[in-house]
Amino acid sequence: MTIASSIFFNNNILKVFLSLVIISLSNLSFAAGEKIIYPQLNWTFSGILGTFDRASQQRGLQVYKEVCSGCHGMRLLAYRNLKSIGYNDDEIKAFAAENSVNTINDDGEVVERPARPSDKFVSPYPNDKAARAANGGAYPPDLSLIVKARPDGANYLHALLTGYVDAPAEINVPDGMYYNKYYSGNLIGMPQPLYDDGVEYADGTKATPDQMAKDVTAFLAWASEPEMEDRKRLGISVMLFLLLLTALSYFAMKQIWAPIKNQ
Amino acid sequence: MSKSKFKNPVVKWIDHRLPVFSFMDHELNHYPTPKNLNYFWNFGSLAGFALVTMIVTGIVLSMNYTAHVDYAFDSVERIMRDVNHGWLIRYIHMNGASFFFIVVYIHIFRGLYYGSYKAPRELLWILGVLILLLMMATAFMGYVLPWGQMSFWGATVITNLFSAIPLVGESIVTWLWGGFSVDNSTLNRFFSLHFVLPFVIVGVVILHLVALHRFGSNNPIGIDVSGTQDTVPFSPYYTIKDLFGLSVFLSFFAAAVFFFPNFMGHPDNYIEANPMVTPAHIVPEWYFLPFYAILRAIPDKLGGVLFMFGAIAVLFILPWLDRSSVRSSQFRPIYKIFFWILLLDCILLGYLGAMPAEGIYVILSRIATAYYFFHFLILFPLLPYIEKTKPLPISISEPILGGGSTASAFAVREKK
Repeated sequence: MTIASSIFFNNNILKVFLSLVIISLSNLSFAAGEKIIYPQLNWTFSGILGTFDRASQQRGLQVYKEVCSGCHGMRLLAYRNLKSIGYNDDEIKAFAAENSVNTINDDGEVVERPARPSDKFVSPYPNDKAARAANGGAYPPDLSLIVKARPDGANYLHALLTGYVDAPAEINVPDGMYYNKYYSGNLIGMPQPLYDDGVEYADGTKATPDQMAKDVTAFLAWASEPEMEDRKRLGISVMLFLLLLTALSYFAMKQIWAPIKNQ
Repeated sequence: MSKSKFKNPVVKWIDHRLPVFSFMDHELNHYPTPKNLNYFWNFGSLAGFALVTMIVTGIVLSMNYTAHVDYAFDSVERIMRDVNHGWLIRYIHMNGASFFFIVVYIHIFRGLYYGSYKAPRELLWILGVLILLLMMATAFMGYVLPWGQMSFWGATVITNLFSAIPLVGESIVTWLWGGFSVDNSTLNRFFSLHFVLPFVIVGVVILHLVALHRFGSNNPIGIDVSGTQDTVPFSPYYTIKDLFGLSVFLSFFAAAVFFFPNFMGHPDNYIEANPMVTPAHIVPEWYFLPFYAILRAIPDKLGGVLFMFGAIAVLFILPWLDRSSVRSSQFRPIYKIFFWILLLDCILLGYLGAMPAEGIYVILSRIATAYYFFHFLILFPLLPYIEKTKPLPISISEPILGGGSTASAFAVREKK
């Protein structure tokens, strides 16, 4: 062995370096926030092989439609997108047609027509100001990206929806505000949305607040990342290909370098 | 026609008139490369790969992006939802920026460890620092384009730094914005510059490569190549090694893109920009955090800006700050320790940049900032006066140590 090759094989520096990079990355991404611990649930869609639970998503759509959509829009989602959570064309058409959108007819008049599958989800308010005015000044955020737009989004959402408890005696809850143990600052403008049997599930699942929170979270997680299942599936193939390429190029490298190493 | 090394008549004909094939044969095939390079020398080609990936995905994204405050956020979401494999292109671009910086930072620390910036490679190093600076500008403007909350507030905070310049600061900020706040004209010019700067980077990368090929790569021992017995032709030895390195890199990269695409991002950037709502903590992308920590460590705004840019400026003059002529840390026992301290210091600064600027974090950032400048401005020039370097080998292929002298770095310099 020459000094050159012993340096070549000195992997310790590499190991230290890589572990430092990984440690730094895992810590640096997020600023320190308020330390509220949400219950960590086992979502079917977490992990590198996780997929969405269709039945849960469909129940979640029902919760969204019957409970949330009174105040929260989902402007980035189109009715046609519902196909990927298991609805057929006729169901989507009927679902869309329950809403109406403005259009301009051939005479130049603004008229209403039933929404079509190609339309985006119709928002409950015509604009942000109307939304605020109807909700005591608080803006009900659009839910299209809500799971991606909050740290630990799925767990956060489930915790928030089930976090309504009686306020401690020392806390004064003003009118129009509600106490939620998982909300940052604890005072939230949204009244408790989910109660036992708040919706009636067609598949007979008991509609407890916990169940409804899980279902609507599953639906909203999909709405945030509709590509997730495709992404993970393609990712598995790509990783297998790359592992093979890595192995082949490693052995090719060893073979090509063998005469130099053995000098 | 002169005797040509090419058999193909078309290649031969073209090469006689336009010697591109000879050039490529010389620079990519026969190019003599030290045979003792370790895996840290893979990161240069990886950086080049990352740059090309960013340009290709960026051009595709720009075909679907709308640089307007009312449409930018939604146009990115349209890419994610409706453009065929748009999510893939965007996640590659988004994570590609982070991986580009990971690769480049490792590349830079490799240069620091093995003294790759020393004569005769000073300009090679300076061009590299210039690339880093251009990358930072490009990445900063790219992060503004999705027009999320962090895009908007990051742009507001960083452009406001220029207001610290005495007398003309405010005017410069207005000029940068093209208005009186970060708004549509800011977004438009950032898009324009974000598109064009990568091609400027390509230009500087070409100069970087010309400078590299003038003297060839440095190597882990840090002594000059003494003859053909110390080198191997670039191909196949380093083409295959670079391919192996690329496969490993792509495995990490693909794992991030396909399984953790938002790990290095900030959730707030999935909320559309709103000038009326300030996020609780405005945090730049992770690769800016060490510099952000330096900025906030200095109690004075102008001072903070100067120190932040100073952190890059010291890199430009590093070849003259370091007075030791021994390149590799392997023969510099004291510097080697300080190298690792500097690395930890930079990681600590990155951590502190992500923490709120209060309490113990402020004190730690000041200590870490002080160490950073101590390392470059005091340690580099003075250490060679007290450090006894280890004896250097005679050549790369002969491990016999030269003379058994424990000469100081200066004595080695005199010998040259």
